[in-house]
Amino acid sequence: MSSDNSKIQNIINDCPTIDKVGAEERVARFQTRSIKGESKLMGLKMTLNMIDLTTLEGKDTQGKVKQMCYKAEHLHDAIPGLPTVAAVCVYPSMVKVAKNALKHTDIKVASVATAFPGGQSPLAVKIADTKFAVDQGADEVDMVISRGKFMEGSYAYVFDEIAAIKDACGNARLKVILETGELATLDDVRLASDLAIHAGADFIKTSTGKIQPAATMPVTLTMLMAIKDHYDKTGIMIGMKPAGGISTSKLALHYLVMVNEVLGEKWLSNEWFRFGASSLANDVLMQIAKAVNGPYQSADYFSID
Amino acid sequence: MSRLEILKTYKIYIGGLFPRTESGRYYVPKNGKNEPLGNLCLCSRKDVRNAVSAARKATGWAERTAFNRGQILYRIAEMLEGRKAQFVEELKMQGTNQKAAEAEVNLAVDRIVYYAGWCDKYQQILGSVNPVASSHFNFSVPEAMGVVGVVCPEEYSLIGLVSLVLPVICGGNTCVVLASESQPLCAVTFAEVLHASDLPGGVINILTGSKKEMVAPIASHMDVNAIIYGDDDEVQFKALSIAAADNVKRVSRLSKDWTKPENQDLYQIAETLEIKTTWHPIENIGGASSGY
Repeated sequence: MSSDNSKIQNIINDCPTIDKVGAEERVARFQTRSIKGESKLMGLKMTLNMIDLTTLEGKDTQGKVKQMCYKAEHLHDAIPGLPTVAAVCVYPSMVKVAKNALKHTDIKVASVATAFPGGQSPLAVKIADTKFAVDQGADEVDMVISRGKFMEGSYAYVFDEIAAIKDACGNARLKVILETGELATLDDVRLASDLAIHAGADFIKTSTGKIQPAATMPVTLTMLMAIKDHYDKTGIMIGMKPAGGISTSKLALHYLVMVNEVLGEKWLSNEWFRFGASSLANDVLMQIAKAVNGPYQSADYFSID
Repeated sequence: MSRLEILKTYKIYIGGLFPRTESGRYYVPKNGKNEPLGNLCLCSRKDVRNAVSAARKATGWAERTAFNRGQILYRIAEMLEGRKAQFVEELKMQGTNQKAAEAEVNLAVDRIVYYAGWCDKYQQILGSVNPVASSHFNFSVPEAMGVVGVVCPEEYSLIGLVSLVLPVICGGNTCVVLASESQPLCAVTFAEVLHASDLPGGVINILTGSKKEMVAPIASHMDVNAIIYGDDDEVQFKALSIAAADNVKRVSRLSKDWTKPENQDLYQIAETLEIKTTWHPIENIGGASSGY
């Protein structure tokens, strides 16, 4: 799929402006919901099942990835009946290791690609990066958009790039990282979301986790609204993945409230909603242990990463 | 026109801040003459939770040099000295006479200086080099346990608190303190002193309110490593000991007449220290040997 100017122009024309004050107020209301007892426990388990357990460090080793894959499957064996996480998210060079470690499970392997996290490489390199990840067995590809081009106003370039990567993905699902911490305004976030959705994204994702601020609720709301508008118009569902900065159960539950109230129950599964996080899992586990056992918990009794 | 009297709202101390209780509740303790002492926070288990996580975040306190901890403890004494008058007033309001109140505040200052001095000395006394029957250099050093819960006595609200809390932080621990329920004024004012000294936020956290309500969550909290119990409620102490057994917390019961100058010592610091022993391989050089 390649763009012509009129198509891009249509996307820009259809892209609404975002009321920042309104978005912030709406988000503040999601955070006043009090979720207790059984619903809380259900929400926590749902959260666990939506996590993409992530390690994206230069110092990642095969041992570290294997250890994380073990954790993905055995979150906390002391409490029976816990779900697994949705996926593990690693660099392309670690896909094979993760795939082997998880071959007897349903846990997906996601790989970042396209010169993550900067994205400052030629298209050919990015396509090769993506193909490598897919050949290694990645079920999902997390690409970054070219923020520099986006800021220059070369929207057609951004669009074509996403479409080209989508082609390279084959059957793997494509998550498009907008890196909203680098996009200046919610209007930009909305436009980038629309471009990604029209160019073939299966998921849109806030951040790489390498830039501050990472995922915030107003940004996520803006992206959810883009998904909603697209769904209302075409009936096609797009997934959402906030990533980075969500490290407490309480915040995760607020995100679930937001997804439910903006998009509805259909999105409340790991097919359509994910959390990109590394430390969130342990906090959720500690909250579940508190709900099951009674006493407040200590990190000393939970696995590291 | 007559002035409307202001009854001070005493807030709690968590992580170096003075929040109100998460529960939004308050209580008004009264003295012997049935006069209200102030509006005090009636804390809940969630305040306990917040205080414990603040204390856990502050455990870098143990990494500071022993000398620096001593300096900071001494600074607390200096700040208390400067605010003596306020403490005397509050003690009198709670029912102590002028002379006893002055003596209590003076002793509190002296006791802080006493423990400030121990900060870089207890290691030498409590540590040891141990004789072993193999070619190892074997030595033991005391280390901080981590987060300590401190339940203060009801009487002697200032000196009771100082006597129990100072040895705990002297050893590098951080703590969550349940102040005297019936006489809480000095505890909160002491938090203001701590705030003005160089003590990092979270090393001492002070909560007021119903002990009955707060002792259980602190006793069962998996992230609390030890408890110092300074009150004299047998039933409460028994329940606390049972709950504390779940994560094998060390529970120490300390009830002494804290107004006596001699009731302070090194072994009280040891109550919240644990001993780490290291076996370090050595060579026997030239057939020479020694006992260790």
